[in-house]
Amino acid sequence: MSRSQANSSSTRARELSAPERMPRNRRSFLSALLALGSVCVGVLLSVPLIRFALFPLLRRTTELKESPVGPMTEFLNLSIPVLRNIQIEQVDGWRKAVSEKAVYVTKDSRGQLLVLSSVCPHLGCTVPWDAVKGTFICPCHGAVYAPDGTRVSGPSLRGMDSLETNIQDDQLMVRFQYFRQLVADKEVMG
Amino acid sequence: MDLTNRNGRENSDVPRTGVRAWLNRRTGLDDLLRASLDEPIPGGARFAYIFGSGLLFIFLSQIITGVFLALYYVPSADHAHTTVVYITKAVTAGSFLRSLHSYGSSAMVVVLLLHLSQTYLYGAYKGRREILWISGCALFGLVLGMAFTGYLLPWDQRAYFATAVGTNAIGEIPGIGESLTRLVRGGTEMGTLTVSRFFVAHVFLIPAFIFALVASHIFLFRKAGAAGPISEDPYNPKQKTEPFYPRQVMMDLSLTALLIAGLGVLAFFAPVPLGPAADPANAQYVPRPEWYYLPIFQWLKYWHGAVSVIGILVIPMILVIAVVALPFLDRSIERRPWKRPVAMGAYVFVIVALVGLGLRSEYQDQHDPGVAKQLALQKTEENDFMRKPFEPELSSGSLAAANVSLADPLAAKGKTIFEAQSCNACHGGGGIGTAAAPALVGISAKFTSDQLVELFAHPTAKMIAGGMPKVDLPPDDLKTLIAYIESLK
Repeated sequence: MSRSQANSSSTRARELSAPERMPRNRRSFLSALLALGSVCVGVLLSVPLIRFALFPLLRRTTELKESPVGPMTEFLNLSIPVLRNIQIEQVDGWRKAVSEKAVYVTKDSRGQLLVLSSVCPHLGCTVPWDAVKGTFICPCHGAVYAPDGTRVSGPSLRGMDSLETNIQDDQLMVRFQYFRQLVADKEVMG
Repeated sequence: MDLTNRNGRENSDVPRTGVRAWLNRRTGLDDLLRASLDEPIPGGARFAYIFGSGLLFIFLSQIITGVFLALYYVPSADHAHTTVVYITKAVTAGSFLRSLHSYGSSAMVVVLLLHLSQTYLYGAYKGRREILWISGCALFGLVLGMAFTGYLLPWDQRAYFATAVGTNAIGEIPGIGESLTRLVRGGTEMGTLTVSRFFVAHVFLIPAFIFALVASHIFLFRKAGAAGPISEDPYNPKQKTEPFYPRQVMMDLSLTALLIAGLGVLAFFAPVPLGPAADPANAQYVPRPEWYYLPIFQWLKYWHGAVSVIGILVIPMILVIAVVALPFLDRSIERRPWKRPVAMGAYVFVIVALVGLGLRSEYQDQHDPGVAKQLALQKTEENDFMRKPFEPELSSGSLAAANVSLADPLAAKGKTIFEAQSCNACHGGGGIGTAAAPALVGISAKFTSDQLVELFAHPTAKMIAGGMPKVDLPPDDLKTLIAYIESLK
């Protein structure tokens, strides 16, 4: 509202007489004050609305949670890779999806614990551990990987993918992710 | 458009040059603003006239908060409650906005009753204001409709049972009642179709009618002119006028400021609670409607059996017709309340009856130990539920949901073998099948366990050609795997 001048009231006989009405400069001051007040209140009221709408910017609304693999004590004296089924919780706004994935807990060349995704980086088959041969052998196209997941032979362009791990309260935690197949470098997908 | 306002007089305030003048020539915005602000009020500005614009403000606030709530709300029986819990407990400012919207509906009813009372007591429906009054009555009905349909949407216990009672009452109408209830509910019972129907009514249908009627209400109001004080002639106003701006605007804004402050403080310090999700199987739940429906709720308690049609249909219809047709029934131009004993008597009677019925309902609830105890329990359940953190809803395709069918521990163990042996690489997770290999779901109908063992040991030529390897497992593991495959249905 930006009314700047008073009404020309003299032409209307039935309107209130001049002294009862506000002087011109007071009315324009009032208009400015009203405009300012309305803008201020409007801005104030829009704060919760903006915060509400921008919630996905301020917080995570989609999240892949870390999954527990098992207590650390189980993996300390590991000699061969062990298979573990982990539950992956994917939060998507107000809902969540829980799925199960197989991972291998193994050790790298320096003896550090390593968690490998069982998804073959070649074309996505689940890679089983062949205890007799002491290697991972993919049943689909015969890719072969060493116990620490490094590529030995076959069509794959890289070794098996290691996953981000973390230790919480003596529990081995892992963040399961999918990686792009058929490429030499590990690239996280979506 | 020329630079004169509606009254035909040249307006010195409208600029003649510059951007604003150009904008006004193209849009007529200045003229429109002028015409709105110069609305003549006979007898001058008064606080008694502030309720109409107060209603307009609340309506605006309801639209804005409502649109924002729809950012997260899902109208279906299986998600409605979760999404409202999400809004209330997880989303920033969500509880505040939801509370503003909820308290806003109560404020709407309060200010509406004040607006109606002012119009009635001042005799402002008299003179050439018949259609203006009727459009106001229709708006009243629509606002109550908004309150009724919006109440169900959170789909908590309170909402579900209050609406179950409300829609049951419709069923009492003789003849068409049952069909009407089914139409409103989208079936014989309340369910997900009810949520959809109420959502469509609350968000699309009723608001559209309200927009149209608010526009015509304001148009008709300007057409008839402000009624002014009780001493004014309803047909030919004679008193000195004062323009709407500035004094009446200031008075109207004071109510708006009061509403903003009041609703803001309430929503912030006393957020509207949300109860546990609707559980139709809960036979103990004692439903109670929102306060403004309590008088009707109490009234319906008194009518049962053969005479119920009188209380449920005849009396309310007479009341509604009397209210809507008021300007036609009361043709006198007398506006002073003390000279209108019948009108005032009727007003006092209706108000006393409504308040009395509402209080009676409260009184009965507090003095029936069973009901009072159950209502207190419901309140506690609601408070307990509000204290719990938000828990995302498990999507239907989830493992936990799928594993429910794996009640057999042997089958559950077999699933690990199925995955460890990479069977799922070709046959898909849960044996649903892929382009590479057929589905295993329902295979137990085709082959016995022994036949499966035989096929694993000696795959057919067709299987080998398709890439199926020989399954070489210890007998126990094989048995477990078969148990899983047979569980796939």
